[in-house]
Amino acid sequence: MIGFLGDFDLAEEAAQEAFAVAAERWPSDGTPSNPRAWLVTAARNRAIDRIRRDRTLAAKTPLLEVPEAGEDVVDETTIPDERLELVFTCCHPALALDAQVALTLRTLGGLGTEEIARAFLVPEATMAKRLVRAKAKIKAAGIPFRVPPAHLLPDRLAAVLAVVYLIFNEGYGGRGDLAAEAIRLGRALAELMPDEPEVHGLLALMLVNDARRDARFADGAMVLLRDQDRSLWDLEQIAHGRSAHDRASALGGRGPYVLQAALAILHVEEPPDWPRIAASYGELARLTGSPVVELNQAVAIAETGDVESALAVVERLDLEHYHYLHATRAELLRRLDRLQDARAAYDRALELVHSDAERRFLERRRAELGG
Amino acid sequence: MRYMLLIHQGTAPTPRSPEEWGRLSEDEQRAVYAAYKAIGETPGVSSGLQLAPAETATTVRVEDGKTLTTDGPFVAIKEALGGYLVFDADDIDAAIELASRIPAAGMGGAVEVRPVVER
Repeated sequence: MIGFLGDFDLAEEAAQEAFAVAAERWPSDGTPSNPRAWLVTAARNRAIDRIRRDRTLAAKTPLLEVPEAGEDVVDETTIPDERLELVFTCCHPALALDAQVALTLRTLGGLGTEEIARAFLVPEATMAKRLVRAKAKIKAAGIPFRVPPAHLLPDRLAAVLAVVYLIFNEGYGGRGDLAAEAIRLGRALAELMPDEPEVHGLLALMLVNDARRDARFADGAMVLLRDQDRSLWDLEQIAHGRSAHDRASALGGRGPYVLQAALAILHVEEPPDWPRIAASYGELARLTGSPVVELNQAVAIAETGDVESALAVVERLDLEHYHYLHATRAELLRRLDRLQDARAAYDRALELVHSDAERRFLERRRAELGG
Repeated sequence: MRYMLLIHQGTAPTPRSPEEWGRLSEDEQRAVYAAYKAIGETPGVSSGLQLAPAETATTVRVEDGKTLTTDGPFVAIKEALGGYLVFDADDIDAAIELASRIPAAGMGGAVEVRPVVER
């Protein structure tokens, strides 16, 4: 409907009216043979009525030239699936990232404004304003409703995946409902773009990480992967993650999400192949240039037994304000029996950490050192 | 729809500052001229103007019916407008693409894309 009308608000209102009419008529008249087609047609007709009544009729006259289809001619096959165009509109880089996230959850995820506001810990009025502003900009700035042409697609697809992954990570930090929503969006993208390896890579990454969700926290504190209770892992979901990753690999994918999915899978193997994990992090670090990835590589190097080299990597990273850097450094120093330095590093990590679960974890580790 | 592309030179060298401009090789200088020429000839581009340096700007305010005139642009020199052009395009993607081809955008300046209100 949004694609047909080029107007988010009008589409939403028309759809609501169509559902209201359906709720009134279907119980007495019977459900039509193709409910989806009926609803789309009803919503379109309502929107056209509305526009006709509207004073801006002249500006929107081209719209009225669209033939008014009856239920008999609109069937499932003639209604194009416009969710893909919608994804690219919602995640357009001319919109602020927080607006992209909110619009995606609202229009693709079907979440209410209030739910989104709660998920991102902002007042509902703030979120409502953000959505209104974003919709107004789409209209005023001419943000197109279409899948970008081939030369723009890689960048724009990366923006879409970043939004979904951001939603997932909001959920991964504790709000499980958002993680589930992100996975649902990931599944939809994989269905809509079956030939894009990074889409399958992201889905695989989310599935495998989310499968360990119940094991990541115990008594409100974070649990390290190696200490996790594997009986709490969702093995079926990990298997789904593996097949999504296999599909990405079969498509020749070696992009950042495919590599991260490969790493997530390597991490749940028993016993983990640390040299291979360290090498994969190396590949990902070269691809992304991310010091956070190098930090993870250092952890893997430490697991191979070479704690000194791992510490050397950590100490040359420019991540002074990242609590994981200090937590990792503390852990490595502890293993090297440099307890004084380890305590100082835990203290620095504790100054920077935000999540309560992670704070409790760090406090416990620091207490184990004594002193 | 029409977009106005507001070109901010930022630290991008221009022939007006011969010292900075001279740091570009002749090939680079030619490439800048060629890129601006190509932009001017792009279908849909109209009424572009290059403005004289921001140092030559005069800013006018009226307070209590009194005209106050000050030397210099309204914003800081580095943020001042260097020129603009109007582009008739299907959507913002086309305008962003044109903006990315403006040399200032890649040399320390930036291009602001603003939809024009049609009446």
